Amino acid sequence: MAHVQLKNLEKIYNKTNKVVHGLNLDIHDGEFMVLVGPSGCAKSTTLRMIAGLEDISGGDVIIGGQRVNDLPPSKRSIAMVFQNYALYPHMKVRGNLSFGLRIAGRPKAEIEAAVAHVAAILEIEPLLDRLPKQLSGGQAQRVALGRALIKDPGVFLFDEPLSNLDAKLRASMRVRITDLHRQLKAQGSSPTVVYVTHDQTEAMTMGDRICVMQAGRIMQVATPKELYNAPANLFVAGFIGTPEMNLVEGAMEGGDFVMGSQRLTLGGELHGRLSGQPDQAVLGIRPQQFSLVSEGPALHARLVNAEFMGHEVYMHADCEGRRLISVVGAAEFEARGQSDVIRLRPDPKTLHIFDKSDGRNVSLHGGSSIAA
Amino acid sequence: MTDIHLSNTSIHTTDEAAAARRARMDLISSVIRYALLFGVGFLMLYPLIWLVGASFKTNSEIFSGAGFLPSSPTLEGYTRGWQTSTPYTFGRFFWNSFLIILPKVIGTAISCTMVAYAFARFEFPFKKVLFGSVIAVLLLPNVVTRIPQYILFRDLGWLDSFLPLWVPSALAGDAFFVFMLVQFLRSLPTDMEEAARVDGANSLQTLVYIVVPMLGPALVSVCLFQFMWTMNDFLGPLIYISSVDKYPVSLALKLSIDTTEAFEWNRILAMSVLTITPALVVFFVAQRYFIEGISAGGRKG
Repeated sequence: MAHVQLKNLEKIYNKTNKVVHGLNLDIHDGEFMVLVGPSGCAKSTTLRMIAGLEDISGGDVIIGGQRVNDLPPSKRSIAMVFQNYALYPHMKVRGNLSFGLRIAGRPKAEIEAAVAHVAAILEIEPLLDRLPKQLSGGQAQRVALGRALIKDPGVFLFDEPLSNLDAKLRASMRVRITDLHRQLKAQGSSPTVVYVTHDQTEAMTMGDRICVMQAGRIMQVATPKELYNAPANLFVAGFIGTPEMNLVEGAMEGGDFVMGSQRLTLGGELHGRLSGQPDQAVLGIRPQQFSLVSEGPALHARLVNAEFMGHEVYMHADCEGRRLISVVGAAEFEARGQSDVIRLRPDPKTLHIFDKSDGRNVSLHGGSSIAA
Repeated sequence: MTDIHLSNTSIHTTDEAAAARRARMDLISSVIRYALLFGVGFLMLYPLIWLVGASFKTNSEIFSGAGFLPSSPTLEGYTRGWQTSTPYTFGRFFWNSFLIILPKVIGTAISCTMVAYAFARFEFPFKKVLFGSVIAVLLLPNVVTRIPQYILFRDLGWLDSFLPLWVPSALAGDAFFVFMLVQFLRSLPTDMEEAARVDGANSLQTLVYIVVPMLGPALVSVCLFQFMWTMNDFLGPLIYISSVDKYPVSLALKLSIDTTEAFEWNRILAMSVLTITPALVVFFVAQRYFIEGISAGGRKG
């Protein structure tokens, strides 16, 4: 019912400043789609164009099969949760929840029932007669969520809804929102969600699929797992994952990766995966995919710093003038990480080779779900 | 042990002495500051206090000293001043003032809000030029437009009526208020209005249900200024109103000075006191909203 399609969507400010460059995105009915990217990547602008709060300079927004470019927000079957909640400061929680229904001229009994229903779902019944300024951040956030929920929309739009909350509350609200989505799905209303965030943890934990954006362009659209295991390009590789993926520049020589005086022989398996042979390449290794070894082929590095995190240790090492971060188990660190020079063996199955000239991941089979 | 104990005690004593000295200094400084404030405040307020006191004096006593307490208080100034030298009582003039102020204040609040909302939130052709002209009008001295305005109102047949006094203001003619509200609106976040649009409110509903309540403190100031300025306006009524039965209080006060050769000062002073009373009452009532309103803007997390 609420299949959202963006077709060549463009936004141009002041006739010259193009901030959204022809986005094409299909968001399925009932899907939880997260738009993620660094600040200034136009993810919020895109969301506001879907909502109808921002004019569309080019292309189309299609919701439920209907082109909505020229429809006002209220006619698009959407509801939106804003970053700073945007509760009406002079109305009580009850008034905030029911405002949309009152404007629509719905009968009083129906409004009261809807308010009671939503308040029960979000556990905000005791707050109904309070003013927004008497609410804590988490409570205000739930009211904002309720205001969206009460409209029973086809599409929920979230604009960084958790960024004003503290870390603990953010984690619990994250679960609450995904739970709610699942509940609604189970009840058969199956709302589509478009969720904007700059926080990759939110993106990874909440999204059915994630759309990574940079500078008004889509870098990759994929499930969280695929995004993590098969980043389509350097940007996605660097953006997703904590600590960040190690990206090391070097040269490709006869199928080997050469960095400074060290040469990494790419095994047959990885060799087979390569779809191109760039001269200048970037090697990508997740910090978690190093193992600390005492002998055998490995990268030699000088240990600079070790951060003890409890069950694991973040090791910062210097390898040919490049900083490598590796995450190893505390026991493994105790056993082999005590010397100045450590030997780090990357897992060849999870290595990525990127073409330095265009950032493309050349170690993927055929480059699945890559978007430019 | 004993040594330590002793030294502790002595430190303690020094601390106490220092604290006592600080408290004494604080007290002296407070006394001086408050004495100064009271002194200057009294000096500023004395004319007003004297005015109230003198309105209860007899005519002969008024100029006999600078004290404000009447030796033999009398209400004669009030009773005879209220009767005036015209066929009308002062009540009539108050009513006239009210008839000008009420439509003017209400009209100003409504029209200026709408104009300011348009300038602050919408894009339309020639917006910059139009807003520039609002600012230009703001900078224009009032006297420049007196004669063209007079001719215009004469041609409309509005002379000797209240219309010229309130209609221009009720149509957002006061650029100052438009400018003030635009500035206030610009400082308000637009999220609430966007949320209202998503909720299905049109522009007018958004204005009435969302923007106006948030604009409350600024609107109170607008109404307050308009009220005071209209109450004190002398030149406007002097130019446009010629019949005594339509005089507002500002003109009526002058009337009591003009008509008799020997001024009955206690009547004039008594009526002056009555004239400033509404302004004072309105100001003190509205002051509360000034303070509590401004912090009620948007809400942060």
